[in-house]
Amino acid sequence: MSSMNEKMHIIFYNYNSMRAALLIQRWYRQYVARLEMRRRCTWNIFQSIEYAGEQDQIKLYNFFGYLMDHFTPASSERNLISHIFRENNICRNVDWERYFCYKSIEVPKLYSGPHLSFPITCSNAAELVEAFKNKQQLHSRYVLQLLGETWRLLRILPNISQISTCHSKEITICGDLHGHLEDLLLVFYKNGLPSSEKPYVFNGDFVDRGKDSLEILLILFSFLLVYPNDVHLNRGNHEDHIVNLRYGFTKEVLGKYRLHGKKILKLLQKIFSWLPLATVIDNKVLVLHGGISDTTDLHLISRVDRHKPVDSSRRRVHSLTHSSSTGTRHEVQRRSLQGLNNRVTCSVEEELKERRRQAGLSQSYGDLRNSLANSDSDPDSGELLESYGDEWKQIVDMLWSDPMPQDGCVPNEVRGGGCYWGPDVTEEVLQRHNLTLLIRSHECKQEGYEFCHNRRVLTIFSASNYYEVGSNRGAYIRMGPDLVPHFIQYQANRATRALTLRQSVGRTERSALRALREKLFAHKSDLISSFQEYDPENTGLISLGHWACAMEAVLRLGLPWRVLRTQLVGDTLDGMLDYHLWFRELLSNASLLETMYKHHSNLETIFRIIDTDNSGLISFEEFRQTWKLLSSHLQTEISDEAISDLAVSIDFNKDGSIDINEFMEAFRLVGGDLLQNEGDPH
Amino acid sequence: MAEDKESAEAIVSEVHKKIRAAFDVFDHEFNKTVDVREIGTIIRSLGCFPNEGELHDVIAERLTVNRAYVHEHREDNNGTYLTKQIEEEEPTGYIRFEKFLPTMTKVLMERKFRPIPEDLMLQAFEVLDKQKKGHLELEELTKYMTQEGEPFTQEEMEEMLSAAMDPDKNLIFYKDFVSMMTVDDPR
Repeated sequence: MSSMNEKMHIIFYNYNSMRAALLIQRWYRQYVARLEMRRRCTWNIFQSIEYAGEQDQIKLYNFFGYLMDHFTPASSERNLISHIFRENNICRNVDWERYFCYKSIEVPKLYSGPHLSFPITCSNAAELVEAFKNKQQLHSRYVLQLLGETWRLLRILPNISQISTCHSKEITICGDLHGHLEDLLLVFYKNGLPSSEKPYVFNGDFVDRGKDSLEILLILFSFLLVYPNDVHLNRGNHEDHIVNLRYGFTKEVLGKYRLHGKKILKLLQKIFSWLPLATVIDNKVLVLHGGISDTTDLHLISRVDRHKPVDSSRRRVHSLTHSSSTGTRHEVQRRSLQGLNNRVTCSVEEELKERRRQAGLSQSYGDLRNSLANSDSDPDSGELLESYGDEWKQIVDMLWSDPMPQDGCVPNEVRGGGCYWGPDVTEEVLQRHNLTLLIRSHECKQEGYEFCHNRRVLTIFSASNYYEVGSNRGAYIRMGPDLVPHFIQYQANRATRALTLRQSVGRTERSALRALREKLFAHKSDLISSFQEYDPENTGLISLGHWACAMEAVLRLGLPWRVLRTQLVGDTLDGMLDYHLWFRELLSNASLLETMYKHHSNLETIFRIIDTDNSGLISFEEFRQTWKLLSSHLQTEISDEAISDLAVSIDFNKDGSIDINEFMEAFRLVGGDLLQNEGDPH
Repeated sequence: MAEDKESAEAIVSEVHKKIRAAFDVFDHEFNKTVDVREIGTIIRSLGCFPNEGELHDVIAERLTVNRAYVHEHREDNNGTYLTKQIEEEEPTGYIRFEKFLPTMTKVLMERKFRPIPEDLMLQAFEVLDKQKKGHLELEELTKYMTQEGEPFTQEEMEEMLSAAMDPDKNLIFYKDFVSMMTVDDPR
């Protein structure tokens, strides 16, 4: 009897264990699903803010384009503008070589970093990798020498490199690196250094955002010089000196090389413009940074003078006005003028209006002409502009476009440059050129790579932890003669791997929410007006549903506000939100700073452009004029008095100069204080 | 009466919006479809606690188109073989929002797959802790989670251990674990 009881007891007990296990599994899987939801939302936040930033950048270019087209010689802004767009008087390569000469730079005996000898050898290149791994810095003499050699080599390379797998077993293809040296080192560690047995293709966006962009370039260029037939670099949209002003590369170089930084940047500007545009493997696989469009024609592209003009951005000003893709240049100009006509009066604007009226649309500023002449007065140059414009549009498409799931080809409004292209365009373009696969980068992917368009398009992204520690893996491709891609994934930063899912989601999320809060701060008055529309009786309360609608209407980030609500909104009364209280808790009152903050990265970019001698100082007058022009273009208002007050409060006066870094730093500190909401335990 | 109807409609409308919001997060191509493999995540993120079997049923019975087709065949006396075949297949493809919405609305309105209260969770762990030590050994928990019930995959097991286990002692102090997980819940 008792053994029977025992047996029953055991059976009962086992049954209970099973039920308990089931319960625990059910509970845990629910938890993981909620984390996944949060992770996805966080990802969407980062991505939408990143692309919105790029959009801002394009608006800035359009602003410069507007300036170039519409002001006339008599204006007081002339000096400022010419200052911004001043082309150097040096034109010929020979003169440039003299300017970039490194020979007069001495390397002090105390220098403990790596020494390079030219022609550079593979052990030199390997030494450089080791040195950077040990956080050493290459002396500016060697930097200039290395860059000079690179520039000379790039000038003889074709626009599209043709490579074949027959000589070596496999080709390695890396995507965006964005200054993440740890990732490049990890790839070399896992895969080996470049050599004739180990060819590499690096698919653009080597710089910006990460803090070791220059070191990455120096490594890539040194291997390029040693193995010019086996190392291939494709240009990315970040290999552009105006983009670099905003996204950190310029700042990095000037910070690391105080004396020669400016020269280094200038030489890099030339190098970027000479980077090849694409690589084709075995005549079957096309590798380029952004993507394609319905007009992509590789034969045309291979004949283009890819280095003209010096930076892609100024060209883009004229070829990428997306208010309507079919408008001619004139129509587009007229449209932007109309925008200004609707504005509140401001003396600058009125002056410009007056001049426009007097001078007519065909007026253009003499010094800045070169080949951007207005086609009204000169039909021949107009045509040239048109056809060059077509070729140039193709290049921009190659560097900026993104794939989309629907058929067709539409302008890429999100980025502000290039287009979105669909699977039908992929099929057509690949077939037309007798290709089988398109490998591109340009977009961060959680797993480091992703197929789309029936596996005819492959995105490869090599910067792990791109948005935040733990946000994504990086990956690279190995491809043999069978042209089947094999992926190797990784995540730099040992600490990341040790994080639990919960911790890495949490950390990334906190970062994304911080970034999102900054955006909310910058749009505070617009948001409040929008909330008030849903609150006609001025109760100060709106429903959460209306809150979500208003948020999207103002911010236009396409985010799932209802899902994010729990992270952004605290207590509600019966589902109603007290929005004034919410803002007080979230943000603070500072309308002037708010306006400036909204445009602070544009401001910084403009400052750096004005500061052509890279001294870190601009005159107060230049600052004032710039701000006035920018604010009139962007249709915001700020009085002279307000600017002076601000100047006083941030203590600018150093002989009438503004120290850029100090200004931006003070700005960040003030902004940062206001945004300090929850302490970050990390 | 009219008021009741109105408030009932309002409730349903709110539920619809919630479902839509969660669905949109996974609608990568903005064409009102999601990969069927993400349905589980969506349903759970809306506050439901189905087990794997229940999830599979929801997808197979209510969401996958094939099922309806199979029933017709059965009536024709052709279908027994076919039915069996499809039942055993893993669901693949995409689920459209129009199909998902009514199914999910029903799930939420009927309050299916209710959450598990914290004390019940604690009891479950205590059942596994046969010797009443107050903690579980690494091997003990692994054995249960990967062999009983609806077993964890290796990945799921590793992830749970990284969150639950004290790495120095290789022990799972489940009381703390349960509290921590419950606190995390934003609802």
